[in-house]
Amino acid sequence: MTEVIVVTSGKGGVGKTTSSASIAVGLARRGKRVAVIDFDVGLRNLDLIMGCERRVVYDFVNVIHGECTLKQALIKDKRFDTLYLLAASQTRDKDALTRDGVERVLEEMKSEGFDYVICDSPAGIEKGAFLAMYFADRAVVVVNPEVSSVRDSDRILGLLASKTRRAELGAAPVEQHLLLTRYNPARVVSGDMMSIEDVKEILGIEVVGVVPESEGVLAASNSGVPVILDDDANAGQAYEDAVARLLGEQRPMRFIDAPRKGLLSRLFGG
Amino acid sequence: MGIFDFLRARQTNTASIARERLRIIVAQERGQRGAPDYLPLLRRELLEVIRKYVNVDQDAIDVHVENDGTHDVLELSVALPGHSAKLGAGLRAEG
Repeated sequence: MTEVIVVTSGKGGVGKTTSSASIAVGLARRGKRVAVIDFDVGLRNLDLIMGCERRVVYDFVNVIHGECTLKQALIKDKRFDTLYLLAASQTRDKDALTRDGVERVLEEMKSEGFDYVICDSPAGIEKGAFLAMYFADRAVVVVNPEVSSVRDSDRILGLLASKTRRAELGAAPVEQHLLLTRYNPARVVSGDMMSIEDVKEILGIEVVGVVPESEGVLAASNSGVPVILDDDANAGQAYEDAVARLLGEQRPMRFIDAPRKGLLSRLFGG
Repeated sequence: MGIFDFLRARQTNTASIARERLRIIVAQERGQRGAPDYLPLLRRELLEVIRKYVNVDQDAIDVHVENDGTHDVLELSVALPGHSAKLGAGLRAEG
């Protein structure tokens, strides 16, 4: 059984690609066969975050147009041999992706025996984002504790409930998970940032992970190594927890409390 | 809390402002979710017609669709100025 998981958000810049890469690597590290697809046609970036940008020969649109086989286009990860990337095309043609084409590629991935297909959605609610979510069984909605991101996520939750194949067929709804990123516990304590509880209550779905704002994320993207592989980064460990929860494990949330202040900063304010 | 905190300007808790604003807008947008696309245009045209006769506010008209099982009910309510009573109308539409 292949499970299709879309990583989406509505708003741009909240961490969809970072999250897609880390979730895909996290699943592959546990021995799962994983394909991760970049749906952001025209703005390919997942290859950079995964560190295989120089090995892209064929892309998603080439496969859809029959210009190459799926096997030729899948880029095998150098770290995990059960992990494959399908890069986005850099074409400017907005209609390069079609629903039939996407369905064919996903069906072929299913017959190839992948356990998980991760669909990295582009920002917005246009065709690319629509197609990334349309065939999903589950959705990871990436959200920052910030007003525009939360509102856009709610819009995406509405679309997941109405504009997906599962919704149209009247099948079991797409399972929705919230992934809170760029979380800063110190700012939550000082009242500058909404808390996990606030976001959860507004959106009304369960939180699968909380990734703290971390210097490790930029360092990881700089070097093309998904942050989940950085054991020293809080963000990496938080992604590892999130992957475990996606697989049904119970794990307590970490990195959600503000660091204790020392005597000096307590006296003089921090 | 530092002992010198009183020297600094007191800051408002902006997270709670964000939370309240989101609660309202999310509830409102969820209410409109699944409603027919023509509702905003219908609302605007109705407003124009009513304004030919009565001077009402932009937000005096409330249009929404409700499902009561077998039917979709299009409900209009118009608040007229200077009257406490509302002029209400219910239209049955095909389900």
